[in-house]
Amino acid sequence: MEKDRLSQQAPWNKSQKLLIKLDEETDPALGCPPEKRTIEQHIRFGLINLDKPSGPSSHEVVAWVKRLLRLNHAGHGGTLEVPIRAGVIQWSPAFFH
Amino acid sequence: MVTGVLPLALEDATKTIQAFLLTGKEYVCIMTMHGDVDQTKLRGVLEEFVGDIFQKPPVRAAVKREVRKRTIYSIDDVEIDGRQVLFRVACQAGTYIRKLVYDVGEVLEVGAHMRELRRTRSGSFTEGDIHSLYDILKLSQASPEEREGMFRQIVRPMEDAFEYVPRIYIRDSAVSSICHGADLAVPGIVKLSEGIRPKTAIALFTLKGELVALSRALIGTEQMMKDERGLAAKTVRVIMPTDTYPKLWKPKHRRSVVTQSN
Repeated sequence: MEKDRLSQQAPWNKSQKLLIKLDEETDPALGCPPEKRTIEQHIRFGLINLDKPSGPSSHEVVAWVKRLLRLNHAGHGGTLEVPIRAGVIQWSPAFFH
Repeated sequence: MVTGVLPLALEDATKTIQAFLLTGKEYVCIMTMHGDVDQTKLRGVLEEFVGDIFQKPPVRAAVKREVRKRTIYSIDDVEIDGRQVLFRVACQAGTYIRKLVYDVGEVLEVGAHMRELRRTRSGSFTEGDIHSLYDILKLSQASPEEREGMFRQIVRPMEDAFEYVPRIYIRDSAVSSICHGADLAVPGIVKLSEGIRPKTAIALFTLKGELVALSRALIGTEQMMKDERGLAAKTVRVIMPTDTYPKLWKPKHRRSVVTQSN
């Protein structure tokens, strides 16, 4: 029952505890912490928290950002707004069947 | 009508998208009811939808239309003005709010539709640090001197999206083999999240906090802590470029080498 209740909590309300298995350190000469990347690397491995405006689809918004910032690749996580053709009433019952 | 948090991944970070599709979401929704409903009844019905619900994706959906179980973590901040109802809903990834509202309308027996929706959270991305398309436009027009500062302000490291994803921190010596596609073995584990179960989608990090790969656990947290050998996680998608950490493992002798020595 307790397990059940925990699985129904939003991820941001769950504890993010880490367990330590080994006592090990990392060699500072290798790699690079995310916050110390060069600007090129920062963009290459970067994300933008974008406020999607009303109107264009998530897909169109991505295309605009890609063109504006001259990126080779860009993608979005989770479509906001189902693509709907103009003229179709969005809440028509037929929409759900 | 639908606005709000839309995480965008740039360049090589696009490889991580499959991971943040799976994170929980939070929305503010305006529902219009098609008849008058008693406020107490309405609040009661909304309360009933918290927990596990069953949903069939709408006709125009990107997924197969079969009934599936989704978890509604909470519905709160309910405000009612006649037939207009505003509320905040936190839910599992892949929950259709338009469908949720329609179902609430059916239970209320008057019908209802979603008038407006704003996503206020997607995993670790919240409305608090959101950027508009105008900010992106300004960024694209910035002079070379101010460009770097602006990019640093708007773009965040991809690792930020993994705040709520179960993870394993691995030894420096294991990084290169993972980058070459190998699965993670138990001796490579340094630290790990609680509650990992077999098949859990997890992320592998270096001790510096760099994302290495997306994986699927083969055994649970407890067994990873207890065991001394064996495989711990199957590598699904390598994110880190292969040459970032040196190769510290010995390559197996290829058959051709063996033939030569004979």
